[in-house]
Amino acid sequence: MFEHHLTHWEEDVLKEIGNIGAAHAATSLSRLLGERIDMEVPSARLLDFSEIAAEVGEDHLYVATFLEFGGDVKGSFVWLIEPQSAHQLLQALFQDQAHLKKSASDDDHFSDLELSALQEIGNILAGSYLSALADLTGLKLYPHVPGLVVDMGMAVITYGLLEAGHYGEQAVVIDAHLTSRDAKYGGRFFLLPDPHSFQVLYHALGVYANGRDA
Amino acid sequence: MDVMHDVIKVGIAELASARHPGRIRTAGLGSCVGVALYDRRRKIGGLAHVMLPDSKQARGSVKLAKYADTAIPELLRQMEALGAMRWDMVAKLAGGAQMFEHVSSDALKIGERNVEAVRTVLQMIGIPIVAEAVGGRVGRTVELDLEDGTYYVRTAQSEQLKL
Repeated sequence: MFEHHLTHWEEDVLKEIGNIGAAHAATSLSRLLGERIDMEVPSARLLDFSEIAAEVGEDHLYVATFLEFGGDVKGSFVWLIEPQSAHQLLQALFQDQAHLKKSASDDDHFSDLELSALQEIGNILAGSYLSALADLTGLKLYPHVPGLVVDMGMAVITYGLLEAGHYGEQAVVIDAHLTSRDAKYGGRFFLLPDPHSFQVLYHALGVYANGRDA
Repeated sequence: MDVMHDVIKVGIAELASARHPGRIRTAGLGSCVGVALYDRRRKIGGLAHVMLPDSKQARGSVKLAKYADTAIPELLRQMEALGAMRWDMVAKLAGGAQMFEHVSSDALKIGERNVEAVRTVLQMIGIPIVAEAVGGRVGRTVELDLEDGTYYVRTAQSEQLKL
């Protein structure tokens, strides 16, 4: 499916997708919290499945939101946040509200209420990311219902690789880091488009006028 | 566990086999299945991180370790090359979870289908499954001890199981 590398054009386009998507998600998060959120320059890479463990840790625990999207382009969106960071985020969000316990910021346990708040945040972030991507490309994208688990990042990401797995042992991973100004909390977005969606993305963004297919 | 230097690591859609001593490990099994085969008599073991059930669905060349129907025969072949005997082998399984409810139909049952495919192949080959920790909603990390065939299964938020 892939020729073992991305051309510069392809990489630039995918990076731009990550840039615009993550910037919009960062803006949403910033509005939600009334606080500035910084974003690192996103990367777009073709990764071997064997490299995924090094990216997210072999069995490292995260609060992970997983969401599939369909429409003109299909794929998955993943938001990984460290448990401790998720507790900080919840505290920032519900500053003085007594129904959220404040003591447990160092453990991996979350109440149902906290989990549903995190799931809603994940939903909002995915929604802003994907709607920015739809605006940029003029393509239709429909987010599905998100799922949230506190579990191994690698086990979660693998769900986004299943379609790519039919074609080979590589997948394009577009990822971006967000952090709050005081670096108390942050997280990482992954966009994993299905292999047959790339042509659609490249065409929508006019890469093939200059790229490999020209 | 992580500081041991005689641990062979197996990634997604990979497999490995070896003689004792040491361990073979694979991490982050969600819908994937960690299939361990072990010849107790000769202390030879193998582990495959199976990602998909059926190699006939591949579009393009088939990586044997990725599919249930090709990974198990390949693992068996490698272990027999090391001197293992099929009739002395047992199988242990872990993984095949369904972590999310709201995923596309293809991804929804993938864990279950992986486990089903693994069971079918093992039955055809005639290797009994003596222990398993499959299904549920949790990710798992596994380690096969080549000394005695113990299969350590750990989930992110609970104690380690010994199979």
